[in-house]
Amino acid sequence: MPRTLFEKIWDAHTIVDRDDGQTLLAVDWHFCHEGSFHGFNALTEAKLPVRRPERTLGMADHYVPTTSRDLNAIDNPEIRSVVDQFYANTERFGVRMLGIEDKDHGIVHVVGPEQGISQPGLIIVCGDSHTSTHGAMGAMAFGIGASEVAHVFATQTLWQARPKAMRVTVAGALQAGVAAKDVILAIIRQIGAGGALGHAIEYDGSVIRGLSMEGRMTVCNMSIEAGARAGMIAPDKTTFDYLKGRPGAPDPADWPAAEAFWRGLQSDPDATFDTTVRLDGGLLEPMATWGTSPEEGAAVSGRAPDPREIDDADRRAQFQGSLDYMGLNGGVAIADIPIDRAFIGSCTNGRIEDLRAAAAIAKGRQAKVPAIVAPGSMPVKRQAEAEGLDRIFNDAGFEWRESGCSMCVGINGDLAAPGEHVASTSNRNFKGRQGQGARTHLMSPASAAAAALQGRIGDVRDFAPRAL
Amino acid sequence: MRKFTTFTGVAAPMPAQNIDTDKVIPARFLKTIERKGLGKHLFNDMRYNTDGTEKEGFILNQPAYRNAEVLVVGDNFGCGSSREHAPWALSDFGVKCLIGTDFADIFFNNSSKNGMLLIKLPKPIVDALMEDAKLGANARLTIDLEAQEITRPNGEVVKFEVDPFKRHSLLNGLDDIGLTFKNKEDITSYESKDGSSRPWMPSLAAE
Repeated sequence: MPRTLFEKIWDAHTIVDRDDGQTLLAVDWHFCHEGSFHGFNALTEAKLPVRRPERTLGMADHYVPTTSRDLNAIDNPEIRSVVDQFYANTERFGVRMLGIEDKDHGIVHVVGPEQGISQPGLIIVCGDSHTSTHGAMGAMAFGIGASEVAHVFATQTLWQARPKAMRVTVAGALQAGVAAKDVILAIIRQIGAGGALGHAIEYDGSVIRGLSMEGRMTVCNMSIEAGARAGMIAPDKTTFDYLKGRPGAPDPADWPAAEAFWRGLQSDPDATFDTTVRLDGGLLEPMATWGTSPEEGAAVSGRAPDPREIDDADRRAQFQGSLDYMGLNGGVAIADIPIDRAFIGSCTNGRIEDLRAAAAIAKGRQAKVPAIVAPGSMPVKRQAEAEGLDRIFNDAGFEWRESGCSMCVGINGDLAAPGEHVASTSNRNFKGRQGQGARTHLMSPASAAAAALQGRIGDVRDFAPRAL
Repeated sequence: MRKFTTFTGVAAPMPAQNIDTDKVIPARFLKTIERKGLGKHLFNDMRYNTDGTEKEGFILNQPAYRNAEVLVVGDNFGCGSSREHAPWALSDFGVKCLIGTDFADIFFNNSSKNGMLLIKLPKPIVDALMEDAKLGANARLTIDLEAQEITRPNGEVVKFEVDPFKRHSLLNGLDDIGLTFKNKEDITSYESKDGSSRPWMPSLAAE
């Protein structure tokens, strides 16, 4: 029977199928971060070890500072305690951990692919909803909660109900100035924040095939913002070229066997999907969100909706509530929305290609508002510095930071003030996400740089990207 | 995990769609490593003004709903972050059951692992229960997981479907890890086969 990519990975990891539809799945990689204290505590209570420490990797990314690589820079004692416990727990349970002092430190979803650990065909889990990022490698990767983290620590398995399969095809070719972030924001706008509930998405089509690995990671990263359990892209030459030579990639002797196996990880031509979605990539424009759900986005040439023109009462109330929080009038032109601050980074857009795209806009120009750039990892930071991107950003008035989740989740104290509009390359524009009363506008790295230069969202296509 | 027992409690209506887990418990309250005590921050920014006073309009601040044990919610409740603090906060507040058309996947799994019952029902039925929940002090629903029945304030009974394994675990307060170890041999056998079929998998053992 023809199978989808997702079904092939699922079947290969099935240990037990239970009558009630739950499957016990083998987990290849378990990534954990500072939020894993509950999981470690559960092990301690049950007097259990981490079953497979050699398949577990810890990363201190959520709670750590981006202003320093010294834990003593954490002035909040509660945050410091969470970080300290993570260091102590990983050491006690024999789990390798990349702390902020490590040369390979970074956001877990940047580090996995960067180190060549996240590979095609694997099942990867982490107590973080953006784990779907690793699906760009052709893996089945998904976020789990704290109780499930404890379960994976103890058993290296997880009980899961089989999700439905969705194919999202983005056909055609992107216009200049349109980035991977714009593609995924357009997909979410089309299907809605709950549009992929219960599904694993496979992205395909000429636009997806044409994306770099960094771009594919941006797309898969935000699958959860459409409600999807996972998002993935079948591996191809782009994937193999990206992996080759990375620390965790197969040795040259093993490479041919690995690549042959990976090449089989494609949906069969006549495989059926429960749901199919199609977008014409050529029609996409740079996007920005105007509201408080990732589905509330529009092209920068467009306008926010006017609730008075919406018939459905629930939808009208939702849009009005979002606009009120955002301090915007219905029907406002997206380009005219003021911007008080910009954030470039996160597991969505903190990779080298993202920083290059932002630097190409910022180069030789001047930011009108405070802006920070937090590279997704220390290797990304070193690469950017080797290319001179840090000087471009500094000269343009953008603050150059250390790696970490930073203003995307705001746990470490990197926050915006109440009422401020933030041009952000992160993944969530929820109320209060970047600070109480803060107003987040999601957009691509180039668009965020352009917004910082103008103090309004504007249109990135008004700025010719400069050679770096 | 505590056992789920039949109860009758006040149901509060929360019809908004896409209530995300940042709304359920904002990130700044994730600095505690305790699961208890999060109830006071449940829906913090919807429930309190910045000076700490209560927002009058918020449903759980209204006298009839201060001890709500059931929430009837809009589509895609629990979307966003995988933080299990969301069900911890709901549970600590006293919420035992949520009813909606659909829930975000991770939140759904997290809740059942903390003794909370999430019931999915077709929209017309959720709409009817949402109307029931607007009855203030009379918005009382009886939730019987054993019989898979909700009894409405007017005495009418609504049947619901629930995954039989989740039902069994909730009714008996069973912990997943203990159950999974019953399959230990299957896991070990899978792992030994897997080790030989993919020799290129790196090892991350701590040095």
